[in-house]
Amino acid sequence: MSLAVRVIPCLDVDAGRVVKGINFKELRDAGDPVELARTYDAEGADELTFLDISASHEGRATTLEIVSATAEQVFIPLTVGGGIRSVEDVDRMLRAGADKIAVNTAAIHRPELVAEIADRFGNQVLVLSVDARRAPGTDSGFEVTTHGGRKSAGLDAIAWAVQAAELGSGEILLNAMDADGTEDGFDLELIEAVRREVSIPVIASGGAGAAEHFPPAVEAGADAVLAATIFHFGKVRIGDVKQSLGDAGYPVR
Amino acid sequence: MVVLDYGSGNLRSAVRAVERAGAAVTLTSDLDLAMEADGLLVPGVGAYAACMRGLRAIRGERVIARRLSGGRPVLGICVGMQILFERGIEHGVETEGCGEWPGVVERIQAPIVPHMGWNTVDVPVGTRLFAGIEDERFYFVHSYAVRDWTLVTNDRTPDSHQPRVTWAEHGGDRFVAAAENGPLSATQFHPEKSGDAGAALLRNWVNSLV
Repeated sequence: MSLAVRVIPCLDVDAGRVVKGINFKELRDAGDPVELARTYDAEGADELTFLDISASHEGRATTLEIVSATAEQVFIPLTVGGGIRSVEDVDRMLRAGADKIAVNTAAIHRPELVAEIADRFGNQVLVLSVDARRAPGTDSGFEVTTHGGRKSAGLDAIAWAVQAAELGSGEILLNAMDADGTEDGFDLELIEAVRREVSIPVIASGGAGAAEHFPPAVEAGADAVLAATIFHFGKVRIGDVKQSLGDAGYPVR
Repeated sequence: MVVLDYGSGNLRSAVRAVERAGAAVTLTSDLDLAMEADGLLVPGVGAYAACMRGLRAIRGERVIARRLSGGRPVLGICVGMQILFERGIEHGVETEGCGEWPGVVERIQAPIVPHMGWNTVDVPVGTRLFAGIEDERFYFVHSYAVRDWTLVTNDRTPDSHQPRVTWAEHGGDRFVAAAENGPLSATQFHPEKSGDAGAALLRNWVNSLV
């Protein structure tokens, strides 16, 4: 008996619509997050992540409605991230039906936010999202970035992960900015470096291009794997990833 | 049935999941309604001490005790299960629970905590909750658990009240995943987040309500 490796599709949502091309023949409306969530649930997704990229207040309000509609219909855990800046933002999302909240930039600017959220809602709701890239000058060789990987946050990525875990983060979503979009595979050294230092679950993200890329990420220490584009384009299905993990000897649901 | 609203938990998910299991559901903190319902579901997420504070604020621990005295079904979920035990210890702080079952809720001893994700469970003979779903995985997310089941029973305990304890294992530690004991049932995992397997478990419970 042991935990199954979680396979998590991530949807970028802008003002209630899924952006980034979705290419499932069987979908009537590929931009509808609720319909996509149902589809991924039926395919065996172990959790879902919505990343709200809405720039406007109205857009974010729409996302809240989408979260509600999804939670009404899909009975697997739902994580929502993007634009979460305060305990009040977290409260709104949880009330709408989210199970976990991912925070990123706001926690970099104000690390106490991690403790505030964990104290109020428990650390199980809090996912610290870390956009990390290689930086030879740093202690660990990895640094935290903002603005989609374009700017350095001036923080060592591994030290930040350790600090966030101590402050009460329940999980780390580790986005490898160097690997992101390459479809060449996960950044295994980054996963190993974080796994060595933290004892909370790690979700590996960035770089997946084929089903066989997933087992090495688990071997490197990931408890869960997240991908967006390859799932949306139907290039790799959830079932393919689970097959590949299962063949490598890892438990899957 | 009633889902007890004492300010804790993803209540919307709990309500929708039991509706889906075929129950007519009221979300309320009204103790008369909670007493009259065929079944009472006690959800709970977050810190043990906060949940107990919320529960005591509405005198929820009394309605749980009175229902059980009358043999009326109660189902606790996650921290809603943990608060049924005698006490919880989080960050060195000890909090008194409802004490319907003896035992203590303490930190899981495993390399990676929280225990988060879909795990298998070790189901006992005679379970009703897990009928037909014995080999399924369920969604857990918790850092604390009941690691010893200590309720005393003997061979004169009626079979209907013999405790059926389901266990889970994570990182070498073993803890209670679910318990069925006469009218009182509870799960450490989240059936409302456990897809079809969780729906089947809730259906089993709803169908057991008279």
